[in-house]
Amino acid sequence: MTRPQSDLSLIEEGDTRPGRSYLSEGWTLGSWLGTRDHKRIALLYAASITLFFFLGGIAAALIRIELATPQGDLVSADTYNKLFTAHGVIMVWLFLIPSIPSVLGNFLMPMMIGARDLAFPRLNLASWYLYMLGGAIVLWALLAGGVDTGWTFYTPFSTMFSNSHVVLALVGVLVVGFSSILTGLNFIVTVHTMRAPGMGWFRLPLFVWANYATSLILVLATPVLAMTLVLVAVERLFQVGIFDPALGGDPLLFQHLFWFYSHPAVYIMVLPAMGVASEIIPCFARRPVFGYRFMAYAILAIGVIGFLVWGHHMFVSGQSVYAGMVFSLLSFMVAVPSAIKVFNWTATLYKGRISFSAPMLYALGFVGLFTIGGLTGLFLAALALDVHLSDTYFVVAHFHYIMVGGSVMAYLGGIHFWWPKITGRMYSEAWGRLAAVVIFAGFNLTFFPQYLLGYAGMPRRYHSYPEEFQLLHVLSSAGAVTLAIGYLMPLGYLAWSLRYGRPAPPNPWQATGLEWQAASPPPVHNFAQLPVVARGPYAYHTD
Amino acid sequence: MTVPFHVLPADGAASATRLDSLALCLLLLTGAVALGVLVMMIVFCVRYRARSKADRSHVPSRDLPVEIAWTAIPMLLFLGLYAWGAIDYAALYRPDPAATPVFVVAKQWMWKAEHRNGRREVGQLHLPLGRPVRLVLTSQDVIHSFFVPAFRIKQDAVPGRYTSIGFTPSKAGEYELFCAEYCGTEHAMMTGRIVVLPPAEYGRWLAEGPRQPGMAARGFALFRQYGCSGCHAAGSSVHAPDLTNLLGRRVHLQDGREITADEAYVRDSIYLPRKDVVAGYEPIMPSFAGQIGEEDLLAIIEYIRESGHDPSTERP
Amino acid sequence: MSTVKQPHAEQFTSREQQSFAGTFGMWVFIASELLFFGPLLFGYLYLRVHYPEASAAASRHTDYLLGTSNTAVLLTSSFLMALAGHAAESGQRPRAMRLLWAVAALGFVFLVLKGWEYHKDFQENLFPGPGFRPEHGGRLQQLPGMQLFFILYFVATCLHAVHLTIGILVCLAMAWRLRRPPPVGVSADAIEYAGLYWHFVDVVWIFLYPLLYLVGRAGG
Repeated sequence: MTRPQSDLSLIEEGDTRPGRSYLSEGWTLGSWLGTRDHKRIALLYAASITLFFFLGGIAAALIRIELATPQGDLVSADTYNKLFTAHGVIMVWLFLIPSIPSVLGNFLMPMMIGARDLAFPRLNLASWYLYMLGGAIVLWALLAGGVDTGWTFYTPFSTMFSNSHVVLALVGVLVVGFSSILTGLNFIVTVHTMRAPGMGWFRLPLFVWANYATSLILVLATPVLAMTLVLVAVERLFQVGIFDPALGGDPLLFQHLFWFYSHPAVYIMVLPAMGVASEIIPCFARRPVFGYRFMAYAILAIGVIGFLVWGHHMFVSGQSVYAGMVFSLLSFMVAVPSAIKVFNWTATLYKGRISFSAPMLYALGFVGLFTIGGLTGLFLAALALDVHLSDTYFVVAHFHYIMVGGSVMAYLGGIHFWWPKITGRMYSEAWGRLAAVVIFAGFNLTFFPQYLLGYAGMPRRYHSYPEEFQLLHVLSSAGAVTLAIGYLMPLGYLAWSLRYGRPAPPNPWQATGLEWQAASPPPVHNFAQLPVVARGPYAYHTD
Repeated sequence: MTVPFHVLPADGAASATRLDSLALCLLLLTGAVALGVLVMMIVFCVRYRARSKADRSHVPSRDLPVEIAWTAIPMLLFLGLYAWGAIDYAALYRPDPAATPVFVVAKQWMWKAEHRNGRREVGQLHLPLGRPVRLVLTSQDVIHSFFVPAFRIKQDAVPGRYTSIGFTPSKAGEYELFCAEYCGTEHAMMTGRIVVLPPAEYGRWLAEGPRQPGMAARGFALFRQYGCSGCHAAGSSVHAPDLTNLLGRRVHLQDGREITADEAYVRDSIYLPRKDVVAGYEPIMPSFAGQIGEEDLLAIIEYIRESGHDPSTERP
Repeated sequence: MSTVKQPHAEQFTSREQQSFAGTFGMWVFIASELLFFGPLLFGYLYLRVHYPEASAAASRHTDYLLGTSNTAVLLTSSFLMALAGHAAESGQRPRAMRLLWAVAALGFVFLVLKGWEYHKDFQENLFPGPGFRPEHGGRLQQLPGMQLFFILYFVATCLHAVHLTIGILVCLAMAWRLRRPPPVGVSADAIEYAGLYWHFVDVVWIFLYPLLYLVGRAGG
């Protein structure tokens, strides 16, 4: 197997000596909490989002335990409503949106373009502090008694009827939103201004393209959410009629404003995952990605068209039929670039030399599950079908296939793929593969039955339900147990590898990409000498 | 009511079977694509696994005709499916003059319905088999959603406006009604049942129950009780717009706009009289917000609707 | 033009790259801020279309004199800000410092005038809510529309004031740090970014002023 070629050896002799990496530059708490190094900031994010993932996961576990029986017997109705709200708010804003960009993106973006850091390192640290502040405020809202509006905060329930800590939760989400905007800004400026000589746009790895498009959405959509939440808070605090019809307001105005952000938000959650898959699959198929330009254009198309489809969340809301028709058409159109990407990933396996490492298993799982999730989106885009399926478990299954089967699998795949680079250690491949399979199986058992539940008519956000739905719910809850075990496994063996794992060489996977040219783990400034790029990405050869 | 589990709920409405066909088509198409992708992935993973001796010469990085093909073909198929879904959707909302209107008011956490003849129900709804029905929905508080899986219909009940949806029950029986928009503590308990009766039985059921005037007659009584007739009746000394045949009429407003009077306009005129004042009239109508409840309002609207074509609207 | 290589932050490869990144970054930030104020402007458009007379009546309740004075204050401050940027670029740090103090002072004047205007608005019962009761001008049927106008007015001007306050604090910080020469003191680039931000805050006001104060005034 030939080594991928690069123009310069970027590793000086000194870099691979122990004691020179970014991890060993200072061991004090202050050196971590005051760092400007994008790699350390990535780890700060990694620790905090892992914490929030497990908090959101506990809420999910309680939900699934409750739903194993038709009666609402584990928790009260109010508590259940607070649980699904907590699950949604934490998982969307405190886990999924930051996960790949703020952990893997922060760590890898500068390295992938041959830079020493992001454009604004102090702003990067400020983003993390804003994230922690917002997270703390959300936790405070949850501990002080919770919020029961659902993560979607529909009015007038959230402004005039809910007796929970709505404004506190809104402030928390607002603060986390600013963190996202600043991260997006940092990425955009970095990609535009700090690419190494020779690194033209069409030589960028697709991971960079994906995070760039995500950053555009972060910067343009999140402010709209911020303003919407401000208006909800104003209505709730001052009892004025912006969204409450009893005071002359319009509840549908809230839905338009909210979904204008929240639909692009789901692309914030999935585009980076697509970027990760596009790095892993070529590496373990030992061949270039198929159709690089179409892949890059598809990423941009998803980002742009994603801004135009928000009304598909409102087909039964009382929105005009004509608006529904326009949004439905555009929603079918946004599926086209996603389909292109799936076909291209599949074609990347053709005539490859495929090995099934843990990252590859996660990436292949991502492609399969994203395909199923994306195709079920078509059911929801079809107007007449959505009348039946909207607000049922079909929708719940659809978005979990994309966000959990898609984004979380890709995130884990990325963590495994770049683990040697980030930590300088190899994890146990056997445990990695086992966990990937357990997660894949547990995931399907949890969420596939929910498609059937949804078509059968089981509505969302119900803590008790008619008996005839119980069998499918029990299967789903059993799957959730498996999934939970699957998620706990990496926590175990990855932590173990930090101490006992085999030290990693600079390029254990023989991958292309500038990040693999630096030592594992990299020195503070990434490269001894900044690279000059003379070829495109994914210069793998199978012969 | 215990119902055996079916992935496909009972086919309770004429449009339900058609919807299931659309779903089946989509299932076949998406299933074929998913299966195709999965099979290809497995085939490639097996054939081109690291130690295999398959032919790996001429690895293609791009293939424009193929890429264009698998962009264009899905796009065309999607357009077809979109059109089918859009046509069927429009049918649900097309106003049908022959449809029987039923008025539903949602509130935390129950469904209240009233039929034209005044018969009211809570938590259940009786409907005639084989006759088109048009539901007119609103909410007294937060957004709810009227969902009957057997009919494959769902429509949000939004406070401050009227929404509507039409369907034709096609099979007699009892069906589940759910609230499908999260509305607070007892959202999961806000269920009910739909009872579809053959026309003769339905007619009998409609005539039964506590003797009470029809909706329009009840509305007429309320129209007098709240003092509307004081200004709006023909012989009144107060200059107020004539309400006969109002629904469906074009109305010229004070600020130059021209609108078609519908249920929402009448509702707004009663609750927010200064919002859309008719051209040529003083804005002296008092507001009845907080005084007239949603169900009474629907009755008054029915009276106004009927007042156009029947001079005597008082029914026994 | 200096031929000596200027120092730059370690993540960049040259001073030029750093300057470009800084300016570009500020523009990206301004773009996100436009999307933040955007929904309010959209709401205003919706209001004008659906309640034309009510919005005109409501805007006649805003204080034309205070609004115009504030506009003059802010435009002058933007002019001084541009001068400060030029002074910093040509190395005249004490002059730049004085100009920045002046900009901050004018910003403060704006806030004082705005505060006084809010006080008057409260006294005239123009704050939306149960106590909303505009006294003169406007017909009674326009009340719901007028209240919506004032919700937008307060949210938009309050947000603008928050942004202005941040701008004032930035000017004060820059003026303070101009006392020391670079690299410890602040660079001319930083003054330029602050200037961009200040001009953005000014431009937002230039949109808000006619929309909130001048609608319905001609022809009274």
